[in-house]
Amino acid sequence: MSATSTANAPAFVAKTKGGRITDFVDQRVGGSGILREFGRKVFPDHWSFMFGEVALYSFVILLLSGTFLTFFFDPSMAETHYDGSYTPLKNVEMSVAYSSSLDISFDVRGGLFMRQVHHWAALLFVASVSVHMLRVFFTGAFRKPRELNWVVGGVLLILSMAAGFTGYSLPDDLLSGNGLRIIDGVIKSIPVIGTYISFFLFGGEFPGTVIISRLYMLHILLVPALILLMIVIHLFMVVVHKHTQYPGPGRNDGNVVGYPLGPVYAAKAGGFFFIVFGVVALMAAFFTINPIWNYGPYDPSPVSAGTQPDWYIGWVDGALRLMPGVIGDFHFEYVIFGQVLTLNVLLPALVPAGLVFTVLFMYPWIERWITKDDREHHVLDRPRNAPTRTAIGMAGFTFYCVMWAAASSDLIATHFHVALNDVTYWLRALFFIGPVIAFIVTKRVALALQRKDREIALHGRETGRIVRLPHGEFIEVHAPLDDYKRYKLVGFESPVPLPAVPNEHGVVTRKEKRRAALSRFFFEDRVAPASPAELEAAHGHHGQHEVESAEAQKTLSH
Amino acid sequence: MGNHSDGSPNHSGTVATAGQNEVEKFQDPGIPPHRLRLADTDPKAAKRAERQVAVLFGSSVVGTVIFLVAYFAIDLGPDSTIATIRLQNALLGIGTAFAMLGIGTGIVHWAKALMPDHEVSEERHAIRTEDDRQAAVRIVDDIVEETGIKRRPLIRNTLLGAVALAPLPALAIFGDLGPRPDDKLAHTMWAPQEGKLKRLTRDPDGTPIKASDVTIGSAFHVIPEGLNELHEGKLNEKAKAVVLLMRLNPESLKPSAGREDWSYNGIVAYSKICTHVGCPVALYEQQTHHLLCPCHQSTFDLTQECKVIFGPASRPLPQLPIAVDAEGYLVATSDFKEPVGPSYWERDEHERNINS
Repeated sequence: MSATSTANAPAFVAKTKGGRITDFVDQRVGGSGILREFGRKVFPDHWSFMFGEVALYSFVILLLSGTFLTFFFDPSMAETHYDGSYTPLKNVEMSVAYSSSLDISFDVRGGLFMRQVHHWAALLFVASVSVHMLRVFFTGAFRKPRELNWVVGGVLLILSMAAGFTGYSLPDDLLSGNGLRIIDGVIKSIPVIGTYISFFLFGGEFPGTVIISRLYMLHILLVPALILLMIVIHLFMVVVHKHTQYPGPGRNDGNVVGYPLGPVYAAKAGGFFFIVFGVVALMAAFFTINPIWNYGPYDPSPVSAGTQPDWYIGWVDGALRLMPGVIGDFHFEYVIFGQVLTLNVLLPALVPAGLVFTVLFMYPWIERWITKDDREHHVLDRPRNAPTRTAIGMAGFTFYCVMWAAASSDLIATHFHVALNDVTYWLRALFFIGPVIAFIVTKRVALALQRKDREIALHGRETGRIVRLPHGEFIEVHAPLDDYKRYKLVGFESPVPLPAVPNEHGVVTRKEKRRAALSRFFFEDRVAPASPAELEAAHGHHGQHEVESAEAQKTLSH
Repeated sequence: MGNHSDGSPNHSGTVATAGQNEVEKFQDPGIPPHRLRLADTDPKAAKRAERQVAVLFGSSVVGTVIFLVAYFAIDLGPDSTIATIRLQNALLGIGTAFAMLGIGTGIVHWAKALMPDHEVSEERHAIRTEDDRQAAVRIVDDIVEETGIKRRPLIRNTLLGAVALAPLPALAIFGDLGPRPDDKLAHTMWAPQEGKLKRLTRDPDGTPIKASDVTIGSAFHVIPEGLNELHEGKLNEKAKAVVLLMRLNPESLKPSAGREDWSYNGIVAYSKICTHVGCPVALYEQQTHHLLCPCHQSTFDLTQECKVIFGPASRPLPQLPIAVDAEGYLVATSDFKEPVGPSYWERDEHERNINS
């Protein structure tokens, strides 16, 4: 579209109104290049691609509702006497932060609704980021060229938990104050500098008078800015890589099959924002979350039984609960060179989370090293077709869930009428053997599913129709698959273990031996996809039944 | 039925057919043929879908109206109750939900039922061509070469040293975020002031407790005398000084050497701050004489001087030495003989200082 137009050179004139607007914008800011690139860009569609969208949209809802809350919230820890309309707390001494949170709940119209929207959206945000990460892991979407985007995703997960925790603490109620107290206890257990960090963070002794305003700054400025930055990088890389797609007929690493951005995909994704918002609004309307007025202002003395952290902090809290302080006569807190090493706090606070995030961040490179696979992957793996990876993921997930359950050990005990100590003992055992069991079971289930796929690909699907043959034999009629459905079951790669190979000096290094051992661990149990020759053989075995049933199918499906 | 040789138990389900890699693969049949929707073939169905979308958009308008009515018609005046707020919250939520879900489901229905649903295939392009990449690698190598950083290790090492040290001021400048800890964590308000022993008073009203008020089996939440009158740092002091007071049968207490006179008639006082990460150890089991921390379930046995019998804590709760003054009120004869609350690096040092 030319930018210059004179009287004697007839300019391009768009015929429709939309076209004229496009033309106008393009002649001024030149947006046609972007539109040509993205207007019809193809996006694959699958329900599991939705989790990332939920995360993005709940973040937008968080920004909207959070901005509203900042207009009324006052992060001061100065003492005041409550003078709002919630009578049970009338004249109670409390911080300005808590008092203004109560005002938002009871004296600002729609304030309670906004608080509930904000809190529910926050829980949903961390949840959807986590589930999205699981989806990416189990489908192998982190493989080349997307390793860096996986790392960005991991950073986003950590940031989302940081955003959640800093926000959770702001109302300065009894529950969040105890949460801060626990954080303070954990910080103090850090060797050498722990006491200093605690004093610097709280501006002196716990709880001090500055922590809320400091967390407020982190919560409304630093952390959301970092999240926004990471989201921009994340989406930029999604555009550069184009989206992955599930395996299936017509889909391969060289193409992308789906709907064009405009109008179908944009409409679905855009409409989905309103659906997420609507669901969060429904939850905010009917399910009370964080009723701070029930807890009262922070006071270091009282605490109620059965209190729970927000769900995403649960696994770290659970790890703290699982760790025994004393085993036999051995105290995990011991004095070394006159200084105190508080291993009963330090180990559970750092080791499980450190382990989970280290493996999470390094996994793409670990797998790449083991498989020596340097190709680009744009077609996802069905989880069953990567049994060892899926099993590793489930082991990690189980590890997380055991700790998470431990954060509710007291509620498990009271709800199921079992001894609290027994719950803890069982969970301690599961902490170690749970991931192993999960690994074995998952791997076997994945292999079994692969074998089932083979059966179906070769012999068709069971119809449940029993037929008696002329010579008296009873058989169940199997309906063969069409080419498209079969391709979905057979169109995957099944790598074999890569034996160790000598390097250029003809030496098999120890590292290479280790790699080969891991490769064997990954791929020695494998089910290969059915091949055309096998299908041929299967047909020769009982071909006519399938022909028969195929005809029956035709008559049924007109 | 069927050929089970591939999945026979003898092979533990794994397939080790010879020449696995040479086996030809199934050909990709391509994108499945497009199937028309009802709305594509039947104008009536299309019209129906159109109406459905319009109804959904209309329900969104209704939602917006509900929201506005709930906002303006419900008054949160001085005589409003919790029920009013709950009603308003529910209506605002329903209004927003209808407004949003109406638009959302309407658009999605429109897209799914009426917009073209042809799947299309687009080529992927390499992120960058091999040529570009090789050129980039060459450029980077040339740049590094021209700086001479590999040939001049002196420059490289001094630069690394300077860059490593340069962030130190950025750390140092945060030095005023808080005061130095010194030995603040080692002392509480219980230390006698000008020779006057502090009375044990009830939390939160601060009334003193007579020894005769403490019956066997009872437990008191205790704060030091004068805490409520503090103008500054009240919570800081309270966070260290809170105490649980309980009375047991004197025979069930077996005080260790040096602690014989820390209790009075079976009345004992222990710090309420958990030695794990500092939650208040607020649950007292009368029958078993156990103290339980509700945060992480550390359990302390009162009859064994609050030794840890379960959970993540590693150290007993510190005991506060108490006695009775002339008027019969319970007093603390000294501060705790060790720092209270969660452990920290300098804790043992502080404990030694207290006792020397």
